[in-house]
Amino acid sequence: MKREKLTESAERAGTGMKRRNFFKILGGGIVLLFNPFSFGSLLALPAEQRRTLTKDYNAFLHIAEDGTVTCFTGKIEMGQGIVTSLLQMMAEELNVPLAKMKIVMGDTELCPWDAGTWGSLTIRAFGPAMRAAAAEARAVLVQMASARLGVPVGQIQVKDGIVADVRDASNSVTYGELAKGKKLEKYLDVKPQVEDHTQFTIVGKSLMRSDAYDKVTGRAKYTGDLKLPGMLHARILRPPSHGATLVSADLSAAEAIEGVRAVRDGDFIAVLSEERDLVDLAVVRIDAQYSYDEMKVSDETVFDYINKGEYRVNVVRSAGDTETAPPICDKLFEQEYHDPYLAHAPIETHTALARFEGDKLTVWASTQSPFGLQDSLVREFGMPLEKVRVITPFVGGGFGGKSPHRQGVEAAKLARITGRPVMVAWTRDEEFFYDTFHPASVVKVKSGIDSEGKILLWDYHVYLAGTRGADAIYDVPNQRITSYSEERDKYPVHPFGTGAWRAPNNNTNTFARETQIDIMAASAGIDPLEFRLKNLKDEKMIGVLKAVADKFGYVPGKTPSGRGIGISCGTDAGTWVAHMAEVKVSERTGRVKVLRLVCAQDMGLCVNPQGALLQMEGCLTMGLGYTLTEEVKYDGGNIRDRNFDSYQIPRFSWLPKLECVIMDRKDQPPQGGGEPAIIGVGAAVGNAIFDATGARLFRVPFTPERVLNEIKQAQGTN
Amino acid sequence: MEETIRFKLNSEEVELVTDPNRILLWVLRDHFGLTGTKFGCGIGFCGACTMLIDNEPVRSCMMPVSEVAGKSVITIEGLEQDGRLHPIQQAFIDHDALQCGFCTSGMIMTAVGILGQNPAPTREDIISGLEDNLCRCGAHTRIIDAVQDAAEKIKGGEKK
Repeated sequence: MKREKLTESAERAGTGMKRRNFFKILGGGIVLLFNPFSFGSLLALPAEQRRTLTKDYNAFLHIAEDGTVTCFTGKIEMGQGIVTSLLQMMAEELNVPLAKMKIVMGDTELCPWDAGTWGSLTIRAFGPAMRAAAAEARAVLVQMASARLGVPVGQIQVKDGIVADVRDASNSVTYGELAKGKKLEKYLDVKPQVEDHTQFTIVGKSLMRSDAYDKVTGRAKYTGDLKLPGMLHARILRPPSHGATLVSADLSAAEAIEGVRAVRDGDFIAVLSEERDLVDLAVVRIDAQYSYDEMKVSDETVFDYINKGEYRVNVVRSAGDTETAPPICDKLFEQEYHDPYLAHAPIETHTALARFEGDKLTVWASTQSPFGLQDSLVREFGMPLEKVRVITPFVGGGFGGKSPHRQGVEAAKLARITGRPVMVAWTRDEEFFYDTFHPASVVKVKSGIDSEGKILLWDYHVYLAGTRGADAIYDVPNQRITSYSEERDKYPVHPFGTGAWRAPNNNTNTFARETQIDIMAASAGIDPLEFRLKNLKDEKMIGVLKAVADKFGYVPGKTPSGRGIGISCGTDAGTWVAHMAEVKVSERTGRVKVLRLVCAQDMGLCVNPQGALLQMEGCLTMGLGYTLTEEVKYDGGNIRDRNFDSYQIPRFSWLPKLECVIMDRKDQPPQGGGEPAIIGVGAAVGNAIFDATGARLFRVPFTPERVLNEIKQAQGTN
Repeated sequence: MEETIRFKLNSEEVELVTDPNRILLWVLRDHFGLTGTKFGCGIGFCGACTMLIDNEPVRSCMMPVSEVAGKSVITIEGLEQDGRLHPIQQAFIDHDALQCGFCTSGMIMTAVGILGQNPAPTREDIISGLEDNLCRCGAHTRIIDAVQDAAEKIKGGEKK
């Protein structure tokens, strides 16, 4: 049933205005359209995530009469730098200078369908399709040039967008000249050959951000910077807590402000004005009464609450026998790890601008999922897909939090009600309130080693954090990985929305696993790096561990050594990653200062090492927040952290020296780079605290109070 | 209720008839179309809305527009001189000191303020000067490097 519906919607999408209007929007030239069936990576998406496996063709590339090559992608730019690295891949295959390339992103009318920008997927899953399209485009252009120059294809070479006869360089034509006076659509099906990595001239080069000039001058347009004639700013009445129901609302005081109008559609109440600050004043004048039906759980009780729950149980992996293994172990270890709710907190809040023109709706939105928003709008208004266009300007940070796109639907509803373009830009309070937090979670591990320090048992139970990064990764004969997920009708846990954070739950799993490993290493009296190497068979993991230790200048030693050095490793988004941290802990205040953070990563072919470095540094920095301060405080549906005054994200003074190593793996397919380097920060820092003080932390973040408490306990037991 | 407010905006004299309690950030964005200055938190905590008022970095998200009457306001759009980027803008480009770019204007304006008060800041001076500006992408170490580099270039330029 679902499939059929998908196909139906796909067919509707297929005959859209894309093709008809392409030249109207772009002018003349050559448009290269590809059938998505050509691209295995798109087909590999789960059925529920793909919409338009259309029989139609999507445009990927446009060659303009001036030789400019424009690439169209449903991906969006939110800081991760694909605006640079995608073009780099395309330029490589097309043999075009980067300066001649442009990119159009996240416009549902112009760009091929895309599930969303998340999961560090752009380069590893989508990149090959883009490269293949570009390679095929080059083949087509070479064929056209061959006819024009009267030279066989085999006798032609392309350099910097100029196609020339290898025997007579003066017999040449540029891509632009080929496109001149044309309105040509080329439909391509063949799966093309892409360039061999040894021939790369652009891919693998470090390139600076191509959007930097616009961003340092204030010229870069984000959704909230747009303005349309007659546009109204809106503020929407929000409940004080999740689970509160509106009983009554008196809008008269709000409407009394000159230039403000209020609208109501059931519980959906908003004030609108041409001036943004007027709606800020007006919304607080709405006298609203609520009834409350809240869950009785808070940030302090949540872990007990989770432990009492009933869940859907899924044994993800099982080998050997975890039941009979304990007696053969020399030492057994049983621990429980706690992770809090975490906010995405991008500096740009969720923002959308919506406009109805006749039967056509256009929404500009700060979103990681333009096509997902388009689907939501189609559902909300019962409009045909081709009448709804979503455009994504620059996005001011996402980290997984901008996959949900409620603000886009809100703006469209208000545009429909008022008949005017409407801007909805959430306040920081709304951003926290409607954020889909990283879920609070519990991990319970029972593990065991023999007298030599070989791990024999790994019985791992993860509650509510899912299985990303939950693999044992070590070579353990008896292991079982069990995942417990929420069944809301039986035992609801989260009073508010939860969702994907950066490297969603891999932080949780890597923190638990790598702390447990460290505990065993310490107990066995073996250096923690040696203990890992001894229990690993995975060559790539061994490679990144050795690389990180080398970069750090690590001198082995049993823990706690008093030096304050910690280590961790793991995999995420196809990438292998290892961390080392050095910390100083004040035994008086419990305050932790991270002095060094070193990270080595094996991400296969690295398209833009400079861009990958920026992502690694971003991950390490955000990881400090995860490790040291971030934790959403709440009572039932009432979220107590609503701004940066109490929800602490990393600051300048926290930053240690960040040292990153990217392994040279040009022969391997490219892997994810936006998330992996965050996963091991918690464990590396926690293990470093243990190494410094002998105190073990089982709950993130490591606040001074918790650290002090554990130090006291550790000293008490010694 | 409305008043005429005159001030200097990016070196030009401007005049505006408005409710003096309106918020400076929104007046500049909505009325003057200067959207380079961003809204981040609304309580002066994140620094995305920083601009210079009489050369001091100030947060504009809670400030009534009447406060700038007779004063000089400089936003990110006013930093370029004769089509040339301010050395701090250039240094941000040279160091890749940004990702999503949403905090960037506020960072640059704060840095201009820091260098205005102390042309030869130490790394610690830069860190403490930027401490209350938030960046979620994690460009911090590059921002510090960029400001330090710009300070040295400005100093070098003065000597010439």
